[in-house]
Amino acid sequence: MDNIFDLDDKNIDLAWCPGCGNFGINKVLKSVLKELKIKPENLVIISGIGQAAKMPQYLKTNMFNGLHGRALPVATAVKACNPGLTVIAEGGDGDMYGEGGNHFIHAIRRNPDLTNIVHNNMVYGLTKGQASPTSQPGFKTSVQVNGVFLEPFNPLAVAIALNASFVARAFIGDEKETAGLIKEAIMHKGFALLDIFQPCVTFNKQNTYTWFKENTFYLKNHDYKNRLTAFEMAVKTDKFPLGIFYKHPGKKTFEENLELYKTDKTPVIKRIFERNKMEKLIKIKR
Amino acid sequence: MNKSNNSKNDFDKEKRLISLVLCGEAGQGIQTIEGLLTRIFKLAGFNVFATKEYMSRVRGGSNSTQIIISNRRVSAPLNRIDILIPLDKSALPHLRNRIGKDTIILGEKEKVLPEREIIDIPFTRIAKEIGSPIFSNVVAVGLIASLFKVDQQIPLEYTKKRFFAKGEKIVQGNMTAIKRGYELASDLIKKESVARLSIPIPNPEQDIKEEIILNGAEAVSLGAISGGCNFISSYPMSPSTGVLTFLSQYANEFSIIAEQAEDEISAINMALGAWYTGARGMVTTSGGGLALMGEGVSLAGMMELPVVIHLAQRPGPATGLPTRTEQGDLELALYSGHGEFPRIIYAPGGIQDLFYLTQRAFNLADKYQIPVFILTDEYLMDTYYNTLEFDLGKTKIEVYINKTNKNYKRYQLTKNGISDRGIPGRGEGLVLVDSDEHDEFGRITENLDLRKNMVEKRLKKFKELEKDKISPELIGTREYEILIVGWGSTYHIIKEAVENLKKYKIAFLHFKQIYPLPSGIKEYFKKAKKTIVVENNATSQFGKLLELFTGIAVEHKILKFNGLPFFVDELTDKLEKIMRREEIPHG
Repeated sequence: MDNIFDLDDKNIDLAWCPGCGNFGINKVLKSVLKELKIKPENLVIISGIGQAAKMPQYLKTNMFNGLHGRALPVATAVKACNPGLTVIAEGGDGDMYGEGGNHFIHAIRRNPDLTNIVHNNMVYGLTKGQASPTSQPGFKTSVQVNGVFLEPFNPLAVAIALNASFVARAFIGDEKETAGLIKEAIMHKGFALLDIFQPCVTFNKQNTYTWFKENTFYLKNHDYKNRLTAFEMAVKTDKFPLGIFYKHPGKKTFEENLELYKTDKTPVIKRIFERNKMEKLIKIKR
Repeated sequence: MNKSNNSKNDFDKEKRLISLVLCGEAGQGIQTIEGLLTRIFKLAGFNVFATKEYMSRVRGGSNSTQIIISNRRVSAPLNRIDILIPLDKSALPHLRNRIGKDTIILGEKEKVLPEREIIDIPFTRIAKEIGSPIFSNVVAVGLIASLFKVDQQIPLEYTKKRFFAKGEKIVQGNMTAIKRGYELASDLIKKESVARLSIPIPNPEQDIKEEIILNGAEAVSLGAISGGCNFISSYPMSPSTGVLTFLSQYANEFSIIAEQAEDEISAINMALGAWYTGARGMVTTSGGGLALMGEGVSLAGMMELPVVIHLAQRPGPATGLPTRTEQGDLELALYSGHGEFPRIIYAPGGIQDLFYLTQRAFNLADKYQIPVFILTDEYLMDTYYNTLEFDLGKTKIEVYINKTNKNYKRYQLTKNGISDRGIPGRGEGLVLVDSDEHDEFGRITENLDLRKNMVEKRLKKFKELEKDKISPELIGTREYEILIVGWGSTYHIIKEAVENLKKYKIAFLHFKQIYPLPSGIKEYFKKAKKTIVVENNATSQFGKLLELFTGIAVEHKILKFNGLPFFVDELTDKLEKIMRREEIPHG
């Protein structure tokens, strides 16, 4: 079935490997966007660099395919300058948690109303198979020749520690549940982190579709309003929980906290410079 | 003994300048005295100039502020000190090299512990009599104002206004302090050394009251807002922070989003995101911050996104001297960001330039879809003087955003390299911007023919930029034989030094657009027999740039890189030395 987010050119040469989890995310994301009746011209997908960050190249919408690791500052500014746009910041684990780690922390603190989708395959794809911040201990690569021994970065635990307003994890092996979680994340007002397990079929022979299936489970009877139990779930690594870990509804967004939007919702880009005010200000300097 | 005290030149006869310096620890209230005196003198019709040099610390150390009071316009510092007010014991050693035999030193012997004769004024004792030692600085203000025969009502009224918010007790105390200062001066003026200064300066210009007085950071900020800036994201870094502070303070009044970013990388990426949506973003930073922004500058080049970068230079490398000045980052601004793409670099010469060029930067960034740099430095940021009120009638906010249609191509190949700039949500089209090499729609490509076209498209703008070039300003006689070359913040300093050397056939060529260098520069050098470049750095970065792009090699270099700006008298001497050594005749 046709989707308005499909590219016009159906024969485009996609840069992803056959069987890559990114295809599933692309498909699910487009269907959710359509279902939510978002217009392509009112959506901006901001991404960094990496295989996952190519996502907006393969969707028909506004795109800011920027620098490695820097999607979140751009996305924060886009939403603040024009709050009427739907904003998604998307990329991989190296992009968002490695190169962009500092922005990840501070974007959560700002709480802009945007969706942060992170394709987490626990490996670097585009640079050909080095360890990522989420690589599991013992994972051997051409650089980590004796196996990874660094503590894996735990994005969900970090986000919950920072009192993020929405924290969830999906596994693209299950498209139906992933669609539901993407939908929840986009609909959520505030910063929504959705970490998606997405197997890399070329460079990660350890964390395969089967491995993810066997090592994940869906949260049941979990109270996502309880930050402490959410954190407890987030630090579980024997098997990784999936679903919504934590939600902080009603938390004020970055845009809502900006003084200039408190009484007037007009986007900053539509406001006009008030010359008479400036004339007065210059005279104060007499 | 200070040599320049003796060099009585023609210039000094017509223009009377008194150099007053206050020196003490951080936290002793030098800034309060500076704020009061500059406004009081201006209200009284004098031209005033103030600049400071300070240490990178919150308390203690030795900081000094120079205030120059004149009957004529004054916009540059002097090495010479006529009146010195030391506030602690390290003040005199700190200024040792600048104190001449004619310098009048007014201070508290007990506090200053001078090794030479000073005029003892018990500021603290008087302040205590008034009620608190905090009034001692205002006693000094009264004393100084009185030496210049300023009508006592002016400081009284100004002080009242200034301290109004602090309550009746403080206002009364300060007003008494002013009066006591005036009483002290009536005795002091009889002293021969003070009388020799022949204060007051005759015939102050009366219309100065209508002028504005502000520092460089304020001028950049006012220019930015007047240029339509409605977004600033920056990480605090001396000496660039004043702009972030100013825009934050006026954010609500002028609908500006002002965000302190987690680092400079975030700051420039935010600013680019802002421009992408149609806002007008800027960043303010110093050398270390720009180094971190490098990749973002390159992104602006590739995405053809406008951005305005205020770079307030300080001495490097690395942390260098955080609160001092240098023109050391011209090359950093010139080469910041990998790859080849156009940019503009402005180097404002003074308060007027800071306002108008910053205002203009936003229009040109938008028009050409490129990064525009405003290159300033600590000296400019921290310098105040009275100047003509900015005329908004001379400025206009020019917006270059087009509504998109269904087949909108963000990077449509055009004759002059400039494509229509659309923004998301305005029109039926989609706006795709990409840090990868891209096709006309903005999608990633490895089509190498297209790559070549896109490189040429971006570089075509260089030619187009020539239409909006700002030619250098030539000051002095048209019949010059000696040509002094300068750029940016040294403008007024070189200008005043050249005025001191009118007996020579001398002119000064000042560049405020330093990149791309405007065409036609070679003409200025044709009739110059001697050329001298003056720069506040160690390697003559502008001299190198000039040679690289025009083939002109400037003969002599006067370079200063100890963290301080040039002083007019110091530069006059240095220039004259070259004239004498080269046996250049005058008259």
